[in-house]
Amino acid sequence: MKRAAITIVGLATILILTLLVFNLPLANSLGFLAKGAFGDKFAIARTILKTVPLTLTGLGILVAWRAGMYNIGGEGQFIVGGIAGAWMAKSALQANLPAPAITVLILVACMAGGAGWAGIAAWMQVKRGVEVVISTILLNFVAIQLLNYVAAGPLQEAKKQLPLTDLLPAQVMLPKFDRQTDLHAGIFIVLAAVALVYVYLFLTKGGFRLRLVGENPRVARANLVNAHSVQFRAMLLSGALCGLAAGVEYTALAGQLGAGFSQNWGFLAIPVALLSNLHPLLLLLSALYFGALFSGSENLARFTTAGTTLIYVIQAAAVLGFVALRSIADKKPVQTEAA
Amino acid sequence: MEPLVVLQFAAPVAIAAVGETVCQRGGIINIGLEGTMLAGAFFATLTSLATQNPWLGILVGIAAGTIVSLISSWFTVKLAADQVVVGTAINLLAMGVTSTLFRSRFGQSGQLLSVPGLKPFAVIPYLGPIDGVVLFLLLSIPLVRYLLWGTTWGLALRASGEYPKSAEAAGFSVGKLRVGAMAIGGLFGGLAGAYLSLGIAGTFAENMTSGRGFVAIAMVTFGRWRPGFVFAAALLVGFAESMQFRVQTLNLHIPFQFLVAAPYILALLVLVIVGKGSVAPAALGVAYKREK
Repeated sequence: MKRAAITIVGLATILILTLLVFNLPLANSLGFLAKGAFGDKFAIARTILKTVPLTLTGLGILVAWRAGMYNIGGEGQFIVGGIAGAWMAKSALQANLPAPAITVLILVACMAGGAGWAGIAAWMQVKRGVEVVISTILLNFVAIQLLNYVAAGPLQEAKKQLPLTDLLPAQVMLPKFDRQTDLHAGIFIVLAAVALVYVYLFLTKGGFRLRLVGENPRVARANLVNAHSVQFRAMLLSGALCGLAAGVEYTALAGQLGAGFSQNWGFLAIPVALLSNLHPLLLLLSALYFGALFSGSENLARFTTAGTTLIYVIQAAAVLGFVALRSIADKKPVQTEAA
Repeated sequence: MEPLVVLQFAAPVAIAAVGETVCQRGGIINIGLEGTMLAGAFFATLTSLATQNPWLGILVGIAAGTIVSLISSWFTVKLAADQVVVGTAINLLAMGVTSTLFRSRFGQSGQLLSVPGLKPFAVIPYLGPIDGVVLFLLLSIPLVRYLLWGTTWGLALRASGEYPKSAEAAGFSVGKLRVGAMAIGGLFGGLAGAYLSLGIAGTFAENMTSGRGFVAIAMVTFGRWRPGFVFAAALLVGFAESMQFRVQTLNLHIPFQFLVAAPYILALLVLVIVGKGSVAPAALGVAYKREK
């Protein structure tokens, strides 16, 4: 309870301080934020719609970090997942398969694409000792260019006018609850993913090994756990979740791919995962908070000079505050690292 | 293309990488380098625009980078927090602060500014133009080499990157050594960013460093933590980057996107080829806490 209270007070303080630092009228800005995030049913729907990709990519980051793999390439895995999905959509539509099968195939392809992209970084770490934190971010920039290339080249729309892929036919898209708010069936995918990741991490042997490798590699080694294969698997799962996020965005909302396909979801997911203390259930709350902040700040941007980039500041401040609190509270006897 | 032009393209990555070499030799992997560069680029642009003096801009850019780096070191050294977590947060912070300030001053879409940029002070026949920052880069390599291998401070710093206890046992403070290294890394990072905006682009754009900080970190590994090699590695990336402009004029049929991605692919390839090896500072990335 005490920790929850500290977190809430801390996050509120950071939000207020950020608004003050950027010289925004405090009461008005908070009003715009609240209205944009929860003001009416459309605002609430927007908040939920932003929570969806944040949760899925956040879960992806969480799984990798739990295994000690600092995957910061959620963005690239998201993008390559989307590309794989668009490629699958093109082939499956030509093959004239039934619509639900096509949707499933697209989602699976997205997961495979994300997993494959993360697999490159995993291979580099495990076989060549290249830090995941470096390789994944470099792969992000390659992924962005890959998307630009396919959207203007092999996967470009049939009209060949804009650098966008063809729009998915309506029957292939994920079902929506009602026409007004865009709320879609992807929400169930998110809830299922949260539950599955929780069960996997805390109730299965594989999940236990994964956490063990991340928390205490020496104990893992002493118990003959093959850290490399565990880390490799964690990265594949991580990439698959980021790819799934892209699949849901693609088949539920965007319907096509272009340069603006990812709104930095893979990037925003890192602080979302960190603030949840790498716990899947808390991650849902963390994603909801930043989802609300995202849709709120879109509203803020209409009335003030500040916009969605404020989220980065708030996220960064929250992570740093979190880190500082934990370091200060950490009174355990210090383990000094031996060679 | 004239060699000094390639050097110019390579300079932001090269300068940042030389500074990062000092950090990593001391045991800190400064993931926040990207954010350090971005802060340098932004505040250099603002200052140059306000004062119409690019050199003042460069100075403020250096100061901004140093401050960002020192903030980061408070977390990673003083609090012994995880270097990757802190670095990631620092990058986000720099991106958020610069983008928000940029939008509030110059509009939501971000217009193109024309900023008084850095001019070359001489054009050397056959070699091309040279400016103060590039000259500084060339001079800094032997300087950093001397600092690391020719001074007591350098010896102690390298010890704190290899086996921090030995530095402490010899009467040095690992904390102070590492903060010092981070200040130097920040100075170079800020300069690298300032040069990117004032020396090359002539303007600021949101997130304009686009991964150069990470490329620089990759080049430190490729260059085996030695300033001269690191510089040579960064030249390779600068060459790849300058190819974008050259290939366009040569009219080769390579997709443009591939050329933009080339520096990143190159960095990845060299990392795969050289691997981590055994020459990395043994305590790299490991926080040091004194025993009580």
